[in-house]
Amino acid sequence: MTARGARTTARWVGDILITLGVVVALLLVYQLWWTNVQAANAAASTRADLVAAWEPPATATPAASATPEPSASAAPEASTATEEPAAPQPVTAPAVGKPFALMYIPRLRDSVWGSPVVEGVGLDELAKGVGHYPGTAMPGQIGNFATAAHRATHGELFKDFDRLKKGDRVVVETKYGWYVYELDVDKIIAPTDTWVIDPVPGQPDAEPTEALITLTTCNPRWASTERWAWWGYLVEERTRDQGPPAELASKGG
Amino acid sequence: MFEWVWRHLPGPAPVRWLLVAVIVLVTVTFLFLVVFPWLTPRLPFTDVTIGAHAYVGYQQQGVLQ
Repeated sequence: MTARGARTTARWVGDILITLGVVVALLLVYQLWWTNVQAANAAASTRADLVAAWEPPATATPAASATPEPSASAAPEASTATEEPAAPQPVTAPAVGKPFALMYIPRLRDSVWGSPVVEGVGLDELAKGVGHYPGTAMPGQIGNFATAAHRATHGELFKDFDRLKKGDRVVVETKYGWYVYELDVDKIIAPTDTWVIDPVPGQPDAEPTEALITLTTCNPRWASTERWAWWGYLVEERTRDQGPPAELASKGG
Repeated sequence: MFEWVWRHLPGPAPVRWLLVAVIVLVTVTFLFLVVFPWLTPRLPFTDVTIGAHAYVGYQQQGVLQ
């Protein structure tokens, strides 16, 4: 090969390597920025569709006023003590890809606050919000309400999963009311540990007697070699008439 | 490669720069709309569910096994 030919070849190889480097840089832009932009838009429109579908509230007064939510600060503390224990009407699982609830986690309020909960845990569903493992319990039901969300990219709702602590509350809002779960135990698990979403985690044949919630995401944050799960149990349920739980007031302004 | 492309673009320099801009724009659009969305499920950092690649299998199985 002549010196000129070798130079031309080297230049081609160099140009191709530069191009590949630019493509990898663009892939980072796509993953770290664009997927979050898309997920935020998808979550906002999914949430808007869901809230619109909830109107008018099932048992509420005619839609005369423009305020969609019942008044939050009507002394919820005082009313709970004397009222009969009331439970919101259960909801049924919709088709895969459809939302049915909103999730609020005060500890993660910068990311998980009114986030739509969508049936299914495929990438298409998780791109809209929190995913619900099909076949697991619905919010508030006896059994295990099992969910998953991204920890990095695609909305990264659970990006601060490592900040969760025992005792943190998770509020799930459905058409008929609110369910408040209190987180209790967490564990880093293998991706194949499907027992974590059993009705009674780890006891596949046991008959559930408690209403649990499971949150799952990837671990470590920027890889998927493991999974991280948090479990909590139901501590409070409130109907639309009772108004939202105190946890939802902690958002501030 | 860049030199070869430049030599094969028609017209004077301003026209060639315009064509370069169009080529870059089309390429980036193609990457963002087709290539990267295709690649994403194949990358090892979007799995957040349990069950080995559960999100692929669950639709056939109905419920995770």
